Amino acid sequence: MSNRISTNVPLDQQDVRLKHEQGLAGTIRAFWVRVRTGDLGSLPVVVGLVIICSIFQYLNPVFLSSNNLVNLLFDCSTVGIIALGVVCVLMVGEIDLSVGSVSGLASTITGVLWVSNGWPVAAAILAALLTGSVIGLLYALLYNYFSMPSFVSSLAGLLAALGMQLYLLGNTGSINLPYGSPLVNFGQMLLIPDPLSYALVLLVGVGMFLTGYRSAQRRRNAGLSAPSLSNLLLKAAITIIGLGAIVFYLNQGRGVPWMFALFVALVVLMNYALTRTSWGRAMHAVGGNREAARRSGINVRFIYITAFVACSTLAAAGGILAAARLASSSQQAGTGDVNLNAIAAAVIGGTSLFGGRGSAFSALLGIIVIQSIASGLTLIDLSSSLRYMITGAVLAIAVIVDSLARRSRMSHGRA
Amino acid sequence: MPTRPTGTRTPVLSLRGISKNFGAVSALTDVDMDVHAGEVVALVGDNGAGKSTLVKILAGVHQPSSGTVIFNGEPVTISTPSVALNLGIATVFQDLALCENLDVVANIFLGRELSPFRLDEVSMEIKAWTLLNELSVRIPSVREPIASLSGGQRQTVAIARSLLLDPKLILLDEPTAALGVAQTAEVLDLIERVRDRGLGVVMISHNMEDVLAVADRIVVLRLGRNNGVFTPDTSHEELVAAITGASNNAVVRRAARRQQTDVGQHHP
Repeated sequence: MSNRISTNVPLDQQDVRLKHEQGLAGTIRAFWVRVRTGDLGSLPVVVGLVIICSIFQYLNPVFLSSNNLVNLLFDCSTVGIIALGVVCVLMVGEIDLSVGSVSGLASTITGVLWVSNGWPVAAAILAALLTGSVIGLLYALLYNYFSMPSFVSSLAGLLAALGMQLYLLGNTGSINLPYGSPLVNFGQMLLIPDPLSYALVLLVGVGMFLTGYRSAQRRRNAGLSAPSLSNLLLKAAITIIGLGAIVFYLNQGRGVPWMFALFVALVVLMNYALTRTSWGRAMHAVGGNREAARRSGINVRFIYITAFVACSTLAAAGGILAAARLASSSQQAGTGDVNLNAIAAAVIGGTSLFGGRGSAFSALLGIIVIQSIASGLTLIDLSSSLRYMITGAVLAIAVIVDSLARRSRMSHGRA
Repeated sequence: MPTRPTGTRTPVLSLRGISKNFGAVSALTDVDMDVHAGEVVALVGDNGAGKSTLVKILAGVHQPSSGTVIFNGEPVTISTPSVALNLGIATVFQDLALCENLDVVANIFLGRELSPFRLDEVSMEIKAWTLLNELSVRIPSVREPIASLSGGQRQTVAIARSLLLDPKLILLDEPTAALGVAQTAEVLDLIERVRDRGLGVVMISHNMEDVLAVADRIVVLRLGRNNGVFTPDTSHEELVAAITGASNNAVVRRAARRQQTDVGQHHP
């Protein structure tokens, strides 16, 4: 009963109504159509980043110096890991407003157990991470069994975690982590040796090409359309040259921090989990249409548990790294703009507040934007009052772009 | 339409005394129904007769307040949608239950992806095309999000999805409601093909033509109770009478009025 005779056309491109863009011009045209209909992807971030960098570079030439960028990457990593967790809860259409205080609590627990109580540092870190997981589990249970909106439960959690942090610190107010210890070194000094950094860049490019080539070959063998060899090579070459240039520039200064490498590794891992596992599929499905996900046999409650636990655990991890970065666990840890910066980073990077759309890389892109603004404003010596106002405005703009793009996607049938 | 021997074998599905209350409202009261393998049972009734509630109970979306469900000769409790799927009951819901933000392949395989820790996108895409081609569905691209498809295309995706697990029983809630003429015919063909494979089919429809065209038996529900089982050679009027509850109803009165006016026009 199949009426498909044409064998030269790949199985997935036989419908005459489907437009196929060919070649470089076609790729650019297809990209432009996507952007116009509201499928913005990471375009607003890239444009925003270029504008921000130009302005700050004009105001203070130190901004783009390699050592300032290295510092920027150190600062990115801590809040970036928190933002990665926020991506998980936003993906299922929920929110966690307590990531800041959970990170502060984790930094306090690390300090108290390790420095004050003499625990091994690994055990202290593990305890802090576990505390984060338990807090996330609590939100998920409140959500699943009492239908408590996550913004309320996490607001309550914000206050409770902050109280716990103050209680644990007691009268001292802050605990200094010993300089020279591995954790503090990791947060402040450890850099990837130059040759290794280039080797890693090469590994990324070659790995990208090999996985792309293998999947292209499988698709072609199966009679599906696949990207051409030259296309794959071009992509890999651009990646290697682009990343290589950035790493080269950073190596002119202090180099690439290991902490940032850890952050990127977590982003890549999360990206794999969200796009290439059935767990990630379920996360997208629950965020897009909860009832449809449930009727497909997905354990929706379990998905919510994983999302909240991942978020709070990553928030705790970010808090531990922040303590390492500052070499102290203090009452200020996790307060102020940490909360908003983490959520703003995820949204600015392109993860939708409405659920079902987003990517792990939005945490990476978003936090670079946020930290660039913070770093630039510090460099031109603006007070924190103005910094808060500007960061708030940037978040508002990002949410407006998200809402408008969503409206446009819906009217163009792109959900 | 070939007639099938039905009484001799044990049914795939038997419902005995199913009731369902939503608060003070009893949506279903003491409903019985049998579905045999290789048989299309049409479930008809007016709005609010309890058809969708019955389907949702079988799909594991609702739990019955009382009564037994016997599947393949054994009493079962269908507590969640995944239990229904594992038993071999596939459902195409009226509100299509697709995720608009995911593409066609992801929707067809939602909840039962191949190799969960390293999604096998190539095999899934091929299987999706095979399924869609079997149903002679023309979907431009399986890599577009569902949001870009028409209502009819979404319906066929939903049906394709229900066939993925080789179910023993397939429940269709208003499968032709959103479809054009040609697509309706194709879905009816498809229902017959599914039946000839030896599956039990339960189909809800408001469209009497579709019901009489494809059903082997017609189960009528009225206000949440059984109101007779009919064969497809039943007349349209009889069915309407059973659905609306009496021979004196809005449809009959309307027909009578039309006749009177006709008569009046012919003899002024």
